[in-house]
Amino acid sequence: MIDRRDPSPLARTTSGFLFVAIVCLVFADIAISTVDPWREFGLLLKGIVTPDFYSTDSLALALAYTLAFALLGVALGNVFGFGLALVFHLRFVRVGCAFIRAIHELFWALIFLQLFGLSPLTGVLAIAIPYAGIIAKVYAEILEEADQRPLSAVPVGSGRASVFLFVRLPDAWAHFRNYSMYRLECGLRSSAVLGFIGLPTLGYHLESAFKQGQYSEVSALLILFYLVIATMRIWMKKPLLPVYLVGAALILPWGVAFSWSNISRFFTVDIIPFPLRAGGDGSLAAFGDWLALLLFDQAWPGMVATIQLTMIALVATGFLTLIFFPLISPLLLGRAARTGGHTFLVIARSTPEYILAFILLNLWGPSMLPAIVALSLHNAAIIGHLIGRYTETVQLRLDAVKGANRYFYEVLPRVYRPMLALLFYRWEVILRETAILGILGIATLGFYVDSAFADLRFDRALLLILVTAMLNICVDTISRSIRSRLRLQTTLEQR
Amino acid sequence: MSLLELKDESAGYNGKEILSGLNVRIEPGERIALVGESGAGKSTLLRLFYERLGAKAALMPQDSALVQALTVFHNVYMGRLHQRSVWRNLRNLVLPARDDVEEVRKVLIPLRLEEKMFSGVGQLSGGQYQRTALARALFHSGDVIVADEPVSSVDEHQAREILEAMNTQKNTVLLAMHDRALAIEFADRIIGVKGGRIVMDRKSAGMTPSDLDSLYVNADA
Repeated sequence: MIDRRDPSPLARTTSGFLFVAIVCLVFADIAISTVDPWREFGLLLKGIVTPDFYSTDSLALALAYTLAFALLGVALGNVFGFGLALVFHLRFVRVGCAFIRAIHELFWALIFLQLFGLSPLTGVLAIAIPYAGIIAKVYAEILEEADQRPLSAVPVGSGRASVFLFVRLPDAWAHFRNYSMYRLECGLRSSAVLGFIGLPTLGYHLESAFKQGQYSEVSALLILFYLVIATMRIWMKKPLLPVYLVGAALILPWGVAFSWSNISRFFTVDIIPFPLRAGGDGSLAAFGDWLALLLFDQAWPGMVATIQLTMIALVATGFLTLIFFPLISPLLLGRAARTGGHTFLVIARSTPEYILAFILLNLWGPSMLPAIVALSLHNAAIIGHLIGRYTETVQLRLDAVKGANRYFYEVLPRVYRPMLALLFYRWEVILRETAILGILGIATLGFYVDSAFADLRFDRALLLILVTAMLNICVDTISRSIRSRLRLQTTLEQR
Repeated sequence: MSLLELKDESAGYNGKEILSGLNVRIEPGERIALVGESGAGKSTLLRLFYERLGAKAALMPQDSALVQALTVFHNVYMGRLHQRSVWRNLRNLVLPARDDVEEVRKVLIPLRLEEKMFSGVGQLSGGQYQRTALARALFHSGDVIVADEPVSSVDEHQAREILEAMNTQKNTVLLAMHDRALAIEFADRIIGVKGGRIVMDRKSAGMTPSDLDSLYVNADA
């Protein structure tokens, strides 16, 4: 008799994550606490189908600001990211980049808000800095994977700079351009969300319109946002880029003054742990107490909730992806149905998870549920899109089975590996977002960071941000080791 | 003075020795073809020659190794990358200078590539692609060319054209070839490689392809 074979590493990893997510879910608060969520949902739906583009005269300006922050932030991030990619072989550059990208744009924005107030510098830097860290990593990978063969034919004695310009750069350039377009799309989402902490972008108006129940205005704002993203490939042309950048720099209200004494106080006083500021005897012991209190009362519960939510959202994303990718797969659906699928996925992935969570939170009341749904919808739409596109390249034999059998026997086994690769690749992204959703009132790390900022306790805020960054780097490391152990690879187009 | 001399040397890559007991002396003006079964070590020996020659030699690697994203002009210009300043190179990358375009044109005309000067190399036919790789090596100012299977992917007519151009424009020619008849026709000295050693080194005059049979017959068979 043949023994049943051991479960494959793939199956073991899957069931392991599934188990962890179920345990997390058992302890999670996912209750809907609003009295009549359906009534509010009905009102929202009514608003969605009756968009009102004239409700605020500042709509166009909000859109322009959103674009301006995104363009300048992504451009700056690109320049720095490219420079860092060239020296990415240095260990301290790699570690530095991992660190700056482990901190979410919104956390950067909260920090810069203390330094520069509502100056445009806050928004531009909040996007540029973490993006530089991400772009550096991706560009370094692109350069590494570029065709090395032409190097052999370069004449002996050619300078390094010349060889780089002629051999390595040209082939990487097209990848850089594509990736920059994707980053700009992300930048637009980030820029919109920055409005939630007070910058004059779409998010700002979205929040106030939502709070006042003006759902027609919410709808108009979102529709405009989708249009900008959907038409990006039309309006984003290389010769126009300088025009856009200059235009963006001109329209932003740079006049907002910031005080240098504020900035210097932030670095020399505000971020020094409180007990150490006074100095003197016993300050070290007091610092120990301060640290212990902060770590046990805030960092620890924040971390537990962040990890709990991340694990549930990660597995939920996987499940939703399995449902979403068939919506655009020519192997499983006809052309008409796929058009609907594409529309749905475009909307779901263009809506920043932060905005989605904000909307759901207002409908359902505070619990983990809005965050789980928002994170998994958004991320599953992204991965589902990539996997759906991947199935376009799969050739089935003519007599392949149809319907559910085809899904389970022909399609799923082919896409499962790439899907897991993408899922683990986004694990770190999901964690970063989970931490941030705390600002909306879910008790993840972001909640404690936001409260610390609100209380003007910047020493606490910074320490909690550091904890968040470390957590992020840990998950990134675990994810990388799982991906390499299971030999899960993502391609350049999917980063 | 000889161009290059190997005395009981060995060669390999990644720490693995492939060739040993190498004794070769190459004089300027020689036209040498390395022949032997694939995997015998022709490429390794050729690479050793190229490393010793340094900037004196232009290399035409087996896979042509053109930069896909660049035009024919840029790929050919790369043959003199080492002789120009970084600024000049940068300038030519963005906006080719007139005199460099004229220099490159002189190389392209006899190779029938003039009209393709500003086409991307991705759009070229197989023969044009190979000729562009040749043009890059010819544009190199050294008077030695080291070419690994330079005519492997073109028809015989184009192969003759390429070999002819090498022989007339470079003083010393070092080739690896799998086509025995062409090797005998275009080279004046044949070096046979087999089992990690040089087993034949003689003038090609009067040779016929069947004289090379012993290089290809497996000794154990």
